[in-house]
Amino acid sequence: MREKLEQIKKKAMEAMEALHDLDQLEEFRVKTLGKKGELTLVLRGMGSLPPQERPVIGQLANEIRTALEKALGKKTVELKEAALEKRLEEETIDVTIPGKQPDLGKLHPLTKMLNELEEIFLGMGFDIAEGPEIEWDSYNFEALNIPQNHPARDVQDTFYINDNILLRTHTSPVQIRTMLKQKPPIKIICPGRVYRSDAVDATHSPIFHQIEGLVVDKNITMGDLKGVLDVFAKQVFGQETKTKFRPHHFPFTEPSAEVDVSCAICRGEGCRVCSHTGWIEILGAGMVHPKVLEYCGIDPKVYSGFAFGMGLDRITNLKYGIDDIRLLFENDIRFLKQF
Amino acid sequence: MLLPINWVKKYVEVDMSSKELADKLTMTGSNAEEVITLREGISNVVVGKILSVEPHSNADKLLVCKVDVGTETIQVVTGAGNVAAGQLVPVALHGSKLPGGITIKRGKLRGVESQGMLCSGEELELKDSDYPGAETDGILILQEYYPPGMDIKEALDLGGEVIDFEITSNRPDCLSVVGMAREIAAATGKSWSMPEIVLSPGVGSIENELQVEVENPDLCPRYLARVVKDIKIQPSPRWMRRHLAAAGVRPINNIVDITNYVMLELGQPMHAFDLDRVEGRKIIVRNARPGETLVTLDDKQRNLTPDMLVIADTGRPIALAGIMGGANSEITGETKQIVFESALFDGASVRMTSKKLGLRSESSSRFEKGLDINMALTAVDRAAQLVQELGAGTLVEGRLDVLGASTEKRKLTIQWEQINKLLALNLTAEQISGILTALGLEISVDGEYMTAIIPTYRNDIEGMADLAEEVARIYGYDRIPLTLMEGSASKGARTRKQKLIFSIKTALTGMGMHEAITYSFTSPHIYQKIGIGAADYPPVVRIANPLGEDQSIMRTTMLPSMLEVLSHNYNRRIENCSIFEINPIFIPKALPLTDLPDEMLTLAMGEYGENVDFYTLKGKVEVLASLLGLEDKLTFQPARHPALHPGRTAELLMDGKAIGLIGQIHPKTAENYETDAGTVLGELNLQAMLDQANTDRQYQALPRYPAVTRDLAFIVEKNVQAAEIAELIKKGGGSILEKVTLFDIYEGSQIPEGHKSMAYSLSYRADDRTLKDEEVNKAHQRIIDLLEKELGAKLR
Ligand SMILES: [Zn+2]
Repeated sequence: MREKLEQIKKKAMEAMEALHDLDQLEEFRVKTLGKKGELTLVLRGMGSLPPQERPVIGQLANEIRTALEKALGKKTVELKEAALEKRLEEETIDVTIPGKQPDLGKLHPLTKMLNELEEIFLGMGFDIAEGPEIEWDSYNFEALNIPQNHPARDVQDTFYINDNILLRTHTSPVQIRTMLKQKPPIKIICPGRVYRSDAVDATHSPIFHQIEGLVVDKNITMGDLKGVLDVFAKQVFGQETKTKFRPHHFPFTEPSAEVDVSCAICRGEGCRVCSHTGWIEILGAGMVHPKVLEYCGIDPKVYSGFAFGMGLDRITNLKYGIDDIRLLFENDIRFLKQF
Repeated sequence: MLLPINWVKKYVEVDMSSKELADKLTMTGSNAEEVITLREGISNVVVGKILSVEPHSNADKLLVCKVDVGTETIQVVTGAGNVAAGQLVPVALHGSKLPGGITIKRGKLRGVESQGMLCSGEELELKDSDYPGAETDGILILQEYYPPGMDIKEALDLGGEVIDFEITSNRPDCLSVVGMAREIAAATGKSWSMPEIVLSPGVGSIENELQVEVENPDLCPRYLARVVKDIKIQPSPRWMRRHLAAAGVRPINNIVDITNYVMLELGQPMHAFDLDRVEGRKIIVRNARPGETLVTLDDKQRNLTPDMLVIADTGRPIALAGIMGGANSEITGETKQIVFESALFDGASVRMTSKKLGLRSESSSRFEKGLDINMALTAVDRAAQLVQELGAGTLVEGRLDVLGASTEKRKLTIQWEQINKLLALNLTAEQISGILTALGLEISVDGEYMTAIIPTYRNDIEGMADLAEEVARIYGYDRIPLTLMEGSASKGARTRKQKLIFSIKTALTGMGMHEAITYSFTSPHIYQKIGIGAADYPPVVRIANPLGEDQSIMRTTMLPSMLEVLSHNYNRRIENCSIFEINPIFIPKALPLTDLPDEMLTLAMGEYGENVDFYTLKGKVEVLASLLGLEDKLTFQPARHPALHPGRTAELLMDGKAIGLIGQIHPKTAENYETDAGTVLGELNLQAMLDQANTDRQYQALPRYPAVTRDLAFIVEKNVQAAEIAELIKKGGGSILEKVTLFDIYEGSQIPEGHKSMAYSLSYRADDRTLKDEEVNKAHQRIIDLLEKELGAKLR
């Protein structure tokens, strides 16, 4: 009996090793350990044993059952693992096939650039002010120290609706509107669409976009103007960017300046983009003219301020290397998708 | 403005290169755009003296010359027959360059060595006005003595450099050689001078020759005249022609050249009348009379109006004041006596007349900016001096000077520390007054006060800020420190509206739409193009001076802009295109416009392509509505628009008020715009939506009890609208009906003609308990009953 049991164990262990799938393994389990399995049959024959041997053989049989069950359990795990591996192997896909892309629309490059510039000024504590595109002549010119028949009107060829109403040539009237309704301190940027009667070509568009800025408070100096614009230029064009302030004339600021930034493309060496000068003019700026403050009911003896303005389209084109302003208004999807 | 360096050097010392000077002046406010080297194409061409001329042994038409070129004697072969021993001629040496990129090298001509080339005027690109006889055939024979070897550009004053300055409109004084001499002096620390004017006594007396009367001294504060007799019209001398040409002015004859020379040198426009053609020998400065005309020097007849200032004689206008002379008093070859006019005209008046007539001149663009009342006097004397120097005629003694305004200099007193305060600098009173003095101001300091006497050529200086600018630019903008303003902290935040627009754009791009930006002016023909009948054209804001008719009205709808963009892309074979734009449209309150129009912020949308239909666009509008918290306020109802498909267009209502439109385009619109017939468009009054938007959100507890889902399919007549059905379902379902989803619409076999099958999935749920079947059944049955009763629906 003992030998028989040992025999069964040995045979079963060997047979189990040779099995390769879970179905066979289950079949084997039934055959060996099931109600009609070999081991059971052997145990059923225990009645014929002498009573004193029964506990010993019984124990042995149980040990063998436990050993076989344990081995079976282990084998099951192994085979399951192997089966899973095989399945995963079969499920392998070509991961180099292009993905299924959802449609993602893009913001217009002008909007993208504007958001970036707005973030910079918001971070410096500026609010964003807006105003109408069709404006009073008085807000667009007279309030800005540009009376009727003033030669400075030539620089800004203007679309008129009638004698008093025009398409704003800059966003400066928003500064005027703000100063008329708000007492200093004032710290705003004025982004928006402006109009000048320039015929369309690669660098001109009768409609374009500006961002102007205005700060009015006590003790505002030209040093502050330089400081703010220097921070701005570094954030837009990189920390190594330098600014150069050249004297200029605008009727609404005194002193006035044109501001160049060092060319980010050639790092000041000179290239096609900067016309080989190493510098790119991007801003007009100056200290708010006392007459402008007076017009808005702000006492120039108490308050001073600075203002600046830049062309969004030009900065966008510089930043993205766009060489023709017309692309901005053509809205070719292949262009818009690039940003 | 073109500034010839050789000219300005007469009045100021320049000890740096023109490039350095240009850079220096750019940083002090005179923006140098370009440094031009005159006759850059000519190099190594010198004066040569012909020592001998021999015939060529191998060619009849060639001559062999020995030429002294200063350092040596060379042999040159020439084909020109006008050479002779003793002549001085231009010689292009070996390695020299001529205009047009030609390089001259030594070589052999028919076997005879030639070490250079004798040049004709044409080969040097010279005109008779550059040098007399330059346009004659043959070698250019020099009339005066120049030492052999001297550079020809130097000898004939052909070279030199010119800086092109961009002078801002506030500085008309800088539009002159002396003005720039003053700027250079201030910028470089040198001194400058005015031309010294010394006149020999004239003949007779001007009072016997001419009378001047100014009727309108407001528009003509000063009028000066001098008379010259025995005029000999001839070319002006070479030095004068060279200066004029370098400054970009074509030399004409001595009298015209003198007027131009004085204008360029002093900045004061001058005019010369033929005195014999001035009727009554009287000049009257007056407003034009109604109906008067004048043929100006450019041979165009000008119709004058009484707001225009003219120079007249006793019978008729003879010049447009400050703008252009009249042909009727023009200097000609026969002119015997002349009047020089040097006057000050009101800038705004000149500008107005010049704009009205569409006639701008060098003179008018100067007067517009406001000129110096005292320079008018200097200029008329300078002209007289040049007449004497050039021997152009006999000066009549005296000048007429009708003065209607003060020639006094203005005084300005400021607290000089204010300048430091504005500029963030710490200059001393001495430093400040030093800079201002160099610019021609007379400065006195009394403690904290500084008084500046402003020269009459600086009308632009009116207050402290102007003085501060003068100080800053000469001291150097680059020396102003970078500071960050102190003072009250400000918040720096977007407004609610700005934030909403930002999130709308983010949502739209997230849904696959690209942002477009289009022009806000457009053609008046767009209405016809989108099918609107002439009677229904909306009132529009019209641009008085548009670039063209196509851009002459401010848009009142953005649909055409969308169609143009879609068409652009469709015609480039782009298969899918989905775009939006957010910008205002312009609605006049009344016409003609007396108030600013309403600028209504509008969202326009458009798309075509695979899987695009009315519902894809409607879905996006619904998402937006939900984003803005407007889903309960917005409804869609069928509508018509001439550009859109009559059966596939909906009006968007907010609280019952129309605020937008979406629809598939009409086939005719597709044809007119050459775009995809399946294109869908939308235009929403975003302003109205933003005004009503509610983006406050409150957390709603997640459901704790399970939902019960029941499907419901029934047949109704085809024209029954989904909105109607949804309404009934909600009514029947009551408070436990959580959600209604339409999942199938079917027409076709098994469905009676004129009917459709609608299938819904209904979800029931209660907040506080698990629903019992009976409860759900009751509600479901109520829905079925209602649908049957109200719509005659048949359950499937
Ligand atoms: Zn560069």
